Amino acid sequence: MEHLTLDLQLLNAFAALLLLLSFAMLSQRRIVSLVNLLALQGALLCAATLLLAWRTGEQHLYFSALLTLALKVVFLPWLLHRLIRRLGVYWDTEPLLNVPFTMLVGVLVVVFAFGLAQPIAELASTATRNAIGIAIAVILLAFLTMITRRKAMSQVVGFLSMENGLFFGAMSATYGMPMIVELGIALDVLVAMLVLGVFFFQIREQFDSLDLHHLETLKEDQ
Amino acid sequence: MSWSHWLLQVLQVALALATAPLLVGWVNQCRAWLQNRSAPSALQPYRVIRKLFHKDAVIAANASPLFRLAPYVVFGTMVAAAAMVPTVGTGMPFTTAADAIALVGLFATARMFISLAAMDIGTAFGTLGARREMMIGFLAEPALLMVIFVASLISATTALPAIAAQLVTQSAGLYPSLWFTAVAFTMVLLAENARIPVDNPATHLELTMIHEALLLEYSARHLALMEWAAALKLFNYVTIGIALFVPWGIAAEEGAFALLVSVPAFAAKLLLAGAGIAFIETVSAKLRVFRAPEFLATAFLFAVLGLLVHLLLTG
Repeated sequence: MEHLTLDLQLLNAFAALLLLLSFAMLSQRRIVSLVNLLALQGALLCAATLLLAWRTGEQHLYFSALLTLALKVVFLPWLLHRLIRRLGVYWDTEPLLNVPFTMLVGVLVVVFAFGLAQPIAELASTATRNAIGIAIAVILLAFLTMITRRKAMSQVVGFLSMENGLFFGAMSATYGMPMIVELGIALDVLVAMLVLGVFFFQIREQFDSLDLHHLETLKEDQ
Repeated sequence: MSWSHWLLQVLQVALALATAPLLVGWVNQCRAWLQNRSAPSALQPYRVIRKLFHKDAVIAANASPLFRLAPYVVFGTMVAAAAMVPTVGTGMPFTTAADAIALVGLFATARMFISLAAMDIGTAFGTLGARREMMIGFLAEPALLMVIFVASLISATTALPAIAAQLVTQSAGLYPSLWFTAVAFTMVLLAENARIPVDNPATHLELTMIHEALLLEYSARHLALMEWAAALKLFNYVTIGIALFVPWGIAAEEGAFALLVSVPAFAAKLLLAGAGIAFIETVSAKLRVFRAPEFLATAFLFAVLGLLVHLLLTG
């Protein structure tokens, strides 16, 4: 095994833990725990960003770590918890695929992501390029989380987790996006979350449930 | 191979034979403390084994020779397995004779015989226990192999003492892949040793028992050997875990001084592991039998993830 410095090893460990959390989210059926896992993922992301900022000395990474902390660890989970309480959705219904099978599909997704990341990692010049595969895996696993869930709430959590993966990918491929792009994305996520929050209430008003398969049969001549 | 290596080998097997019941006693004691019960003495398993050896054996009229043979085979395989797992030192002659994959094969042999013997008498419970044991075994085995493969990839050998020596002598690094596999290994350990999320070692409730159902027809010295073998199995698993994940303190070079350090270190690790098992057993509830595949699939998943992470992060 090639020799890595301690901070790089630590970064790799963070990446591995991010992947682990993605799998935990994939298997979790309680929405409250799902939100907690999301907050934990944000915290890990924040720690990894701080470490990378300290390592590379890039100023803007400190800002994005701060942004991550404020938005993904504190504000969005708080908002989601509040929504859960007000809407009274604590459990997702039985997922479309059973849990062990979803996990197996998840492993295949990870293999696919690692294969996908190989050429990208060869082109990247950063020291953290090995983690690109993990970032792609986190994105795809979040996709899978969204696909296999019915409740709007857990789909939104999957969406936010996907954003975490994207952020981590940008970080490991190029040491983070330019500040203005990062701000834009953060604002986007925030606004999307607020709009979706309103949406939840509308959906429930209309269908008496947050189950999204009602939306599939929506027709004008109902 | 010098005589000191053989001495170490004999010492390790003797240590395993002598301390295995103590480990079981310690786990039971910790469990009792955690559950606010008054604890039995940690020496209780020794007393049980001695009592059983002094009794007369009762064997069913229709038992075949296999039934009589099985306790000796199971006990023998567990002793052989104990000879392969490094406990206090790594320089052992058995290293060249058998590796970790042979070790998994030995465990499978023991499982095979214990299941056949349980079905031999033809009681319903024996058959039920054998089927469940096989189901858990065939799910736990790939996970265990995968755990060993990850450790082998890191140290480029499948011999357990060599893996332990490699991990000790290498400059300390963080291996996220080993963390994943450690979780997987813990789950396999619980499942294979009839511990709580999968089986309850303290129950004789017919609908849930697995390990106890296998031993229902045994008595006296046969039962004593089976109990001792079960204790050895737990001991072996715990020492495999120690060798793979926390080998620090093991005597990687020769000399009495190294042993002076490694024996107390090993004892401390064993105590911690026993307390850890008791803690896990206390905080978790027993799964339904049909949830056990899910539990073991998760273990396998963790092991595969460890493998993938290892391949990616070092590639």
